[in-house]
Amino acid sequence: MHEMAIAQGILDIVVQEASQNGADRITRIKLRIGEMTGIQPDALTFCFEALAAETPARAAELEIEVVPLVAECQACGQQFGVERYRFFCPACSSAEVKTLSGRELQVEHLEVE
Amino acid sequence: MEIKVMANILDKNDQIAADINCQLSAKGIFVLNLLGSPGSGKTSLLERTIVALKNDLRLAVIEGDLFTSKDAERIDRHGVPVIQINTGGGCHLDAAMIRNVLGRLCLDELDMIIIENVGNLVCPAEFNIGEDAKATVLSITEGEDKPLKYPLMFKQACVTILNKVDLLPYTSFDLAAAIEDITSINPRITLIQASCRTGAGLQPWFDWLREQVHNKQARS
Repeated sequence: MHEMAIAQGILDIVVQEASQNGADRITRIKLRIGEMTGIQPDALTFCFEALAAETPARAAELEIEVVPLVAECQACGQQFGVERYRFFCPACSSAEVKTLSGRELQVEHLEVE
Repeated sequence: MEIKVMANILDKNDQIAADINCQLSAKGIFVLNLLGSPGSGKTSLLERTIVALKNDLRLAVIEGDLFTSKDAERIDRHGVPVIQINTGGGCHLDAAMIRNVLGRLCLDELDMIIIENVGNLVCPAEFNIGEDAKATVLSITEGEDKPLKYPLMFKQACVTILNKVDLLPYTSFDLAAAIEDITSINPRITLIQASCRTGAGLQPWFDWLREQVHNKQARS
């Protein structure tokens, strides 16, 4: 249940941002969560609601965009969606593969009143 | 009103981890984050490692555990400094927990710190704790399907120790499939087949650790 620690991280960020912008209420939080993170969106939402109960984020809706796992071959330049966690280039079979996306744990923006 | 943020949720943890690594690098100390399921053999591997290396290298161990000090007691018998962190039910160690206990070690008298994380194949993979490298222990009795079920743990590791290979004849574990899955998740990984019970196959692990310590000291 490390979603609890991640939810606390989100809460710290959004409460600070809201306060710096003079907002009383956070209504919506947009998150970007990579496909290759150990995060369960449902568990994250559950933890966040529990932690946010007494804060300006108590009524905030979490919008979670799951970012696909995409890699780039450093030998031939091919970009590809990684399937079954096979980090080999499907075009040239090289193992020199760099992960471009899919590891994100980000707060993108929030909506406040 | 919309506020653009674009903040990484783990930034605070990663910053503390970077500070720890910087502090320990200045002393030339190599730090290993040891990961794996409960019962995979992390503590047995540590005991073998201490016996093999303690005459040449100055080691310390930080033990992460939910509630008990059973593992720390096992390490303490080998006469190396050991610190227990109880997470009180928390599923992983984080960087602040490590920072809070580092002052209890004599950092001027160490070559290597091994941190045994909480037994868990999911959560600890996401949290850096100041280490130079992660090593993951996977045991034969867990089944060959685990790397694909918990890929991040194997993607983040520099080494996987495939433990309990002495039990291969008594299980239906598909060794070839396990090796193929681990190396497709992480083509650069060093894979070591060993038995921490008998001690067989561990020499490449000891050699790898010595090399990491040597490289770390050469850079500091």
